[in-house]
Amino acid sequence: MMHGTLSSNSVALSVQGVSHSYGRRKALENVSFTLTPSTFTVLLGLNGAGKSTLFSLITRLYATQQGRISILGHDIERSPGAALRLLGTVFQSRTLDLDLSVMQNLLYHAALHGIGKHEARLRSADALARIALSDRDADKVRSLSGGQMRRLEIARALLHRPRLLVLDEPTVGLDINSRADIISRAHQLLSEGVCVLWATHLVDEVQDQDDVIILHHGRILAHAPGPAVVAKVGKATDIRTAFRQMIKEADPANEAA
Amino acid sequence: MTRTLALDLSEPNFSIRQYAICLQGIIWREALRFLHQRERFVAALIRPLVWLAIFAAGFRQVLGVSIIPPYETYVLYEVYIAAGLITMIQLFNGMQSSLSMVYDREMGNMRTLLVSPFPRWYLLSSKLIAGTLVSILQVYAFLAIAWFWEIEPPAIGYLAVLPALILSGMMLGALGMLISSVSRQLENFAGVMNFVIFPMFFASSALYPLWRVRESSPLLYYVCQFNPFTHAVELTRFSLYGQVNWLSLAVVFGCTVAFMVGAILAYDPSRGLLVRRGDTGGAP
Repeated sequence: MMHGTLSSNSVALSVQGVSHSYGRRKALENVSFTLTPSTFTVLLGLNGAGKSTLFSLITRLYATQQGRISILGHDIERSPGAALRLLGTVFQSRTLDLDLSVMQNLLYHAALHGIGKHEARLRSADALARIALSDRDADKVRSLSGGQMRRLEIARALLHRPRLLVLDEPTVGLDINSRADIISRAHQLLSEGVCVLWATHLVDEVQDQDDVIILHHGRILAHAPGPAVVAKVGKATDIRTAFRQMIKEADPANEAA
Repeated sequence: MTRTLALDLSEPNFSIRQYAICLQGIIWREALRFLHQRERFVAALIRPLVWLAIFAAGFRQVLGVSIIPPYETYVLYEVYIAAGLITMIQLFNGMQSSLSMVYDREMGNMRTLLVSPFPRWYLLSSKLIAGTLVSILQVYAFLAIAWFWEIEPPAIGYLAVLPALILSGMMLGALGMLISSVSRQLENFAGVMNFVIFPMFFASSALYPLWRVRESSPLLYYVCQFNPFTHAVELTRFSLYGQVNWLSLAVVFGCTVAFMVGAILAYDPSRGLLVRRGDTGGAP
């Protein structure tokens, strides 16, 4: 499951022995993995697998009940500020302020990271140019398309220059072109040294070069590069069949995939 | 099960200027939202104006008010209840914004706030300050309209009431956050209306002087005396006339500190999400 023993500098995200319960129901059970910088990892699981719970723990929306999570060596519970400084987040549900303009949303995010107005404006202009929304900077977010909003959310998450970007089902509700665009933009971040954790239930979002974590009923079934996950399952020819087979074996009653 | 408290004093190496930038950003956003949501502004004004224009007019002859501090003459009933209505604006605003902080109602905007690297206690306090400032804008708008109902405090009162409004706004906002953080029953605004806002408002000196309450029910009089909302009303009433009610100041200040600390300690961002997902959790 783990890519060997790594020093804190070479580990972008470390999740060790994490368990989480909602009342009596266990959502995560002893989940452990590490991610290295400049890697793209798809956290793949069906609805209810525990992806969003894990996501909420990594972003410290939930307190860690058991286990440890650290970002670039900073424990999320002991040094949350240092850890969150290095983390960019794109939530599953939209978190943009629809009544504010595109630029105002970015400036607000910059303020939440202590970035002064002048610097924030420069970074925001640069970010908008990258996502081809420079001409919409004064428009209300409400007027953007779903794909544009997602691009804006990713740009916003990168405004404070994080080293780890986590995205929770970022393509939900988007058309096929917008999905491809968002996935492509996220992969481009690898060249900048950013580590990307991409949570999804859509198996076709996995690309050959991606690492894959398969999460099912709160447990990790596999963590390896995509082709290695396929090879691990005897009859599988691609990641889709490998995913379905793994889930079937883990839970014979489950026919869906 | 371990539980990390929201109060974290060990974080990280931000300069004072960066803290100021963060606070300014949160206030700026609240102000922008306030300006963009005119309906919310109008709705916040309609409630006290209905009380002033209809309720007070109807009860003017029934509820006579004798000369009591800070008033130096007999005053119209409208004048008497003005301080109560001002505090009511802050009560509603504080409860509404605090509920949305706990239950993540604003399209998940609280999540954006909570993944900021600044200490959580600072973020929550900043949000409370921003909400309070918005309520103060509403109060001044109300005072401007109330002028036409002969509510004409001295000019200095408009300035002197400002610190009182900041303090009482913070107290009521923190109280709202504390209540909705610790109580499972008060998870929506209707519940808060019935079990918090109405009892606090009616068991106070907002609508009638406490000496009148004592005449009819000594027990209720003591309930009113222990109600922090009464002291917020009296603090506002006295400061509107350039005076300080020291007892009320002490109570409101003490309650503000206590509620703030309690609210920050009790705040759990997962709570609103859990409730929305069916309590102990369907799969998130």
